[in-house]
Amino acid sequence: MAKAAAKKTAPVASPSVERRPALAGRSTSATGVKVEVLPPAERISLRAPEASAAALSKALGVPLPKKPKTSASKAGRTALWLGPDEWLVIDEAGNDPLADCAKVSALHSAVGISHRNIAISVAGPAAEAAINSGCPQDLSLEAFPVGAASRTILGKAEIVLLRTAADAFRVECWRSFSDYVFTFLSEGARDAAG
Amino acid sequence: MSGAFRIPRAGRLSQAKTARFSFDGQSYTGIEGDTLASALLANGVHLVGRSFKYHRPRGFLSAGAEEPNALVQIVRDDARKTPNVRATVQELYDGLAANSQNRWPSLAFDVGAVNDLASPLFSAGFYYKTFMWPKAAWKSLYEPKIREAAGLGVSPDKPDPDHYSSRYAHCDVLVLGGGAAGIAAALAAAETGVRVILADEQAEFGGSLRFETGARIDGQDGFAWAKGAIARLSAMDNVRVLSRTTAFGYYAQNFVGLVERVSDHLKAPGHDLPRERLWQVRAKRVVLASGAIERHMVFANNDRPGIMLAGAARTFLNQYGVAVGRNVGVYTANDSAYAAAIDLKKAGVNVAAIVDLRDNPTGPVIDEARALGIEINFGRAVIRAGGKLRVSSMTVQPKNGGGERTIAVDAILMSAGWTPSVHLFSQSRGKVAFNDETKRFVPGTYAQDCVSVGACNGTDGLSATVDEAYAAGAKAAKDANARDYGAKTAKGAKPKVDASESWSRGMLGAAPGAGPDTTVKAFVDFQNDVTAKDIRQAVHEGMRSIEHVKRFTTNGMATDQGKTSNMHGLAIAAETLGKPIPEVGLTTFRAPYTPVTFGAIVSHARGPLFDPTRKTATHPWAEAQGAVFEDVGQWKRAWYFPKTGEDMHSAVDRECVAVRTTAGLFDASTLGKIEVVGPDAAKFMELLYTNPWEKLEPGRCRYGIMLREDGFIYDDGVVGRLAPDRFHVTTTTGGAPRVMNHMEDYLQTEFPHLNVWLTSITEQWAVIAVQGPKSRDIIAPLVEGIDMSDEALPHMSVREGKICGVPTRLFRMSFTGERGFEVNVPADYGQAVWEALWAEGQKHGATAYGTEAMHVLRAEKGYIIVGQDTDGTVTPNDAGLDWAVGKKKADFVGIRGMARLDLVAKGRKQLVGLKTKDPKVVLEEGAQIVEDPKQAIPMKMIGHVTSSYWSQNCGRSIALALVAGGRDRVGDTLYVPMPNGVIEVEVTGMVFFDETGGRLNG
Amino acid sequence: MLLIRCPYCEEERPELEFRNAGEAHIARSANMAGESDDDFEKFFFIRSNPKGIIYERWRHMHGCARFFNAVRDTVTDKFVMTYKAGEPKPAKLPGASK
Repeated sequence: MAKAAAKKTAPVASPSVERRPALAGRSTSATGVKVEVLPPAERISLRAPEASAAALSKALGVPLPKKPKTSASKAGRTALWLGPDEWLVIDEAGNDPLADCAKVSALHSAVGISHRNIAISVAGPAAEAAINSGCPQDLSLEAFPVGAASRTILGKAEIVLLRTAADAFRVECWRSFSDYVFTFLSEGARDAAG
Repeated sequence: MSGAFRIPRAGRLSQAKTARFSFDGQSYTGIEGDTLASALLANGVHLVGRSFKYHRPRGFLSAGAEEPNALVQIVRDDARKTPNVRATVQELYDGLAANSQNRWPSLAFDVGAVNDLASPLFSAGFYYKTFMWPKAAWKSLYEPKIREAAGLGVSPDKPDPDHYSSRYAHCDVLVLGGGAAGIAAALAAAETGVRVILADEQAEFGGSLRFETGARIDGQDGFAWAKGAIARLSAMDNVRVLSRTTAFGYYAQNFVGLVERVSDHLKAPGHDLPRERLWQVRAKRVVLASGAIERHMVFANNDRPGIMLAGAARTFLNQYGVAVGRNVGVYTANDSAYAAAIDLKKAGVNVAAIVDLRDNPTGPVIDEARALGIEINFGRAVIRAGGKLRVSSMTVQPKNGGGERTIAVDAILMSAGWTPSVHLFSQSRGKVAFNDETKRFVPGTYAQDCVSVGACNGTDGLSATVDEAYAAGAKAAKDANARDYGAKTAKGAKPKVDASESWSRGMLGAAPGAGPDTTVKAFVDFQNDVTAKDIRQAVHEGMRSIEHVKRFTTNGMATDQGKTSNMHGLAIAAETLGKPIPEVGLTTFRAPYTPVTFGAIVSHARGPLFDPTRKTATHPWAEAQGAVFEDVGQWKRAWYFPKTGEDMHSAVDRECVAVRTTAGLFDASTLGKIEVVGPDAAKFMELLYTNPWEKLEPGRCRYGIMLREDGFIYDDGVVGRLAPDRFHVTTTTGGAPRVMNHMEDYLQTEFPHLNVWLTSITEQWAVIAVQGPKSRDIIAPLVEGIDMSDEALPHMSVREGKICGVPTRLFRMSFTGERGFEVNVPADYGQAVWEALWAEGQKHGATAYGTEAMHVLRAEKGYIIVGQDTDGTVTPNDAGLDWAVGKKKADFVGIRGMARLDLVAKGRKQLVGLKTKDPKVVLEEGAQIVEDPKQAIPMKMIGHVTSSYWSQNCGRSIALALVAGGRDRVGDTLYVPMPNGVIEVEVTGMVFFDETGGRLNG
Repeated sequence: MLLIRCPYCEEERPELEFRNAGEAHIARSANMAGESDDDFEKFFFIRSNPKGIIYERWRHMHGCARFFNAVRDTVTDKFVMTYKAGEPKPAKLPGASK
């Protein structure tokens, strides 16, 4: 399965047109927290029954987490548990997880969403407070430890939140919500600094 | 000297730090740390407002958030004019400007005060009874006039220039109230290591320790102890200490709303500081330490400026160093007022007399007052106060009647006892219980994981309070600590109370001077101008429930929420009804506890953060071209692209013609897109759409219709089959999220056996529609790996390949009736590919077109827009789309609903075309259609116009309409009655242009 | 704002992440096209709207995106329990006397 997908997303050989990511390079700093748009990454939405998880983990080179609100990371590739049969796989090393999944015959669905999402880094001692300006989840280290990942809400937008360090988060949102989410986080950062 | 009534060496403010301020244009000097109230009182100003209904002169009743009278307008600048600020809460800053409210032309001479003289007219329920007839006059005459006369303060008329912030916070123990009880509880909890938030509405913690000179804890003065404890707590990592923060609402599952006043007390707030911060706190355990509010005595003219609560006078003296008068009287039914008399006496203020309603109370404070030489009168009542703009005397009489005696005073301090603040407990849905012995409502049955400590729990005495609070804080920490935080039991030592004051009970209801037979103005609720007489009258007029009494009299309503008035009102109603208090019940305390600004509630959600504004990848290009945008849900879509000198009409005409003569480029990125993947993908599609899908070959597309179970059209869109196990589904722009939800719902809950998954790819792909006879010529040079011939890529097919070197899903499809393509490219390449196509297009004279031209072009072809030509009650048959329903299918969502009797009945409204007899007349969308325009009104309406445009390509107006039995009426003449006359229309088929469809391959 | 326990995420999460999806345990007929008018009416239009315990569907829309079932008391607004979609209606409710 998924052969058609594999064919179409084989690594692109020198496009003749310019890639223009949304909000490219935008960042803002406040005391204790920096909000910064991250460079593009390869991403897939991976859906699969439990029985396929081992084969997919092997192909991806990162174990697909089975526990809610967790993630696993290896060699620039992170798999986030989003639902009982759903993972967001982010590759920041320039490799194509879609191609890796295409080799797996076990039942699954892999859909490329590299351009659908934008990633924003929120880092610094006030990062937690900045995100809590619009996210209702408990983000203390006890409740949301390093590596924790969850789809949730920021203000009126849906985000995926990943804690990358005690004082750093990766916020993913859909492309057209990125301006809203970035602005919201900037406001949150300004307030968290105060 | 900052005011003649400032007492040297009294209070805790530094006399050196002065602050200038103005009130009603008059300049005064106060001290940093003052409230506006204490600063005005230091300058001898008592008269600060006029009452709501009678416009009676009013002064300060309290020194805190319970203040019902001293509501002022704070003016920072032209845009910042905050009305109804309690002067007892507003902290002074240098340059503060305040104005009194509800008076004209001046505070001392107020025309509206005629209401006071006419007050027999303004009795309880007055508005309900008086303004009944004529009915129409209420809206046009009575209501506007009443509102004008009744307003408290003036609303600012400019946008609020301040910003507000919000924060979600989680903690193990939330302590509300920072008096002795709250501090003790917070200490106990914090020392175990759990997360603690401690909030208090005042600028300084301490609660009643701010005025209780007799309190000593851990060998220090009570207030000093509080300060030290707060410093300790603030230094702890696991504790957040919030001053100037009011808990205004207690919601389900220990969710508490707090407002922190961040910068209202600052002379020049920093740009980055919000004015207020909304805290939405989820706590595992809540400790309520909200204290108690002192009650006033209910007697005639008890609202004269200069008459205030005894505890307030003590606060003004002991915290702010201000004497509230030079010759004060005391009227009490309670010990605590004695302490006020003693403190003032010691500060050099003459205490003219203490009038105590009780017969022969004894106790240390009474002995001390006597020893200081203060005259004490037991068993007597103050039956009325003299003076108008300021109290000048109190008239005393034995409580069971007898000779009157008038004593000259310039202030009266009163105390009828203390009411536990059960507001938050009550908001938490806890049930209060009436303690018959102490005559007060205290927390009874708890509904949530919270505990009340100290005065709000009815606990008397500082020692008992601290013991109870410390134990409760420790227990809350333990109970909250379900997970192991490495927490230990409290490390610190429980605070030791060395000395405290004792307050005995007091009384409820009207005092003798305002007894049952009088009609004097003895106020129960100052803010709403409710007197004892009003409450008795409400009962006499048949109100039996306290909830009815409240609504009839307005007692305890509005921002006051009965803080000082509730118990008195209840007691008077109970007495009049001849029932015990618990049988009459207590009204519900509603959030907010004190007023909350809209700013705090709205918080970040204004301006660009009011709602997400979604823009497509090509938005910057369209913007640079001067496109006019329209809102489609949260999306901004290019509406039309006017050239210099063009209006909308001419731009749209040009765009429509260009598409049919050469080609047009259109951004279709906002269409919803869902990738349906898995071996059962076709089976799933069969169930969710009316069409058959199993036999659709990979590489081909089909127009799909989605129904709800009731058989009505829910959404539509073109679906391409990329592979046997992979579909690329498109939805309407507005329908994208709900269609996804609808599909997930069926997949997860009705058809979970199917091996198929759904992924939203709306934002993965930018979609550039290239439509028109030249469309292929424009695209072809940029495409790699796709045979663009009609044989290889016929209408309604899809191929994957590359365009401009980037991956594309290229659809051959048309929403214009012309040869057309939709080029899907990864969104980040959207604009660059658009630019490349645009450059190619320029060689052929192509244009960019917007949503308006798109609408016209599709209407020329009779293509429907779900949500415009359908409204949730239209079946596929109604819309002329029977051909899209798989006749052989055994099941799909809506199959049974579609067969309902009324959905297959004759005469249903059907979509048809309309041509106006005069081709130049463009119908209005939504206009009603009738058979006979001469019939009597109300006419029988048989349908309405759903879409209507000027079509430059047809050289006439065109319209689509839902008309009863419409398809049988083709050729008939119908009528559209409009205000300017009746428009004659002919019913036609839905296709106005290229009826044979030849141009799809043209 | 309520806290709702998601049976898939195995923890309580803020209400903002959820969306109500109507009454639970109303099965769609395997032979939908053959349903009588009465049966279709019951299936599509008739809801119990009880005062007290209601069985309803929720979706953890902005979380794991799963639909699940919940038992809620419409009087107190309290969630009694939640369970996964497809699981049978609980025979016994926690804290119930019988």
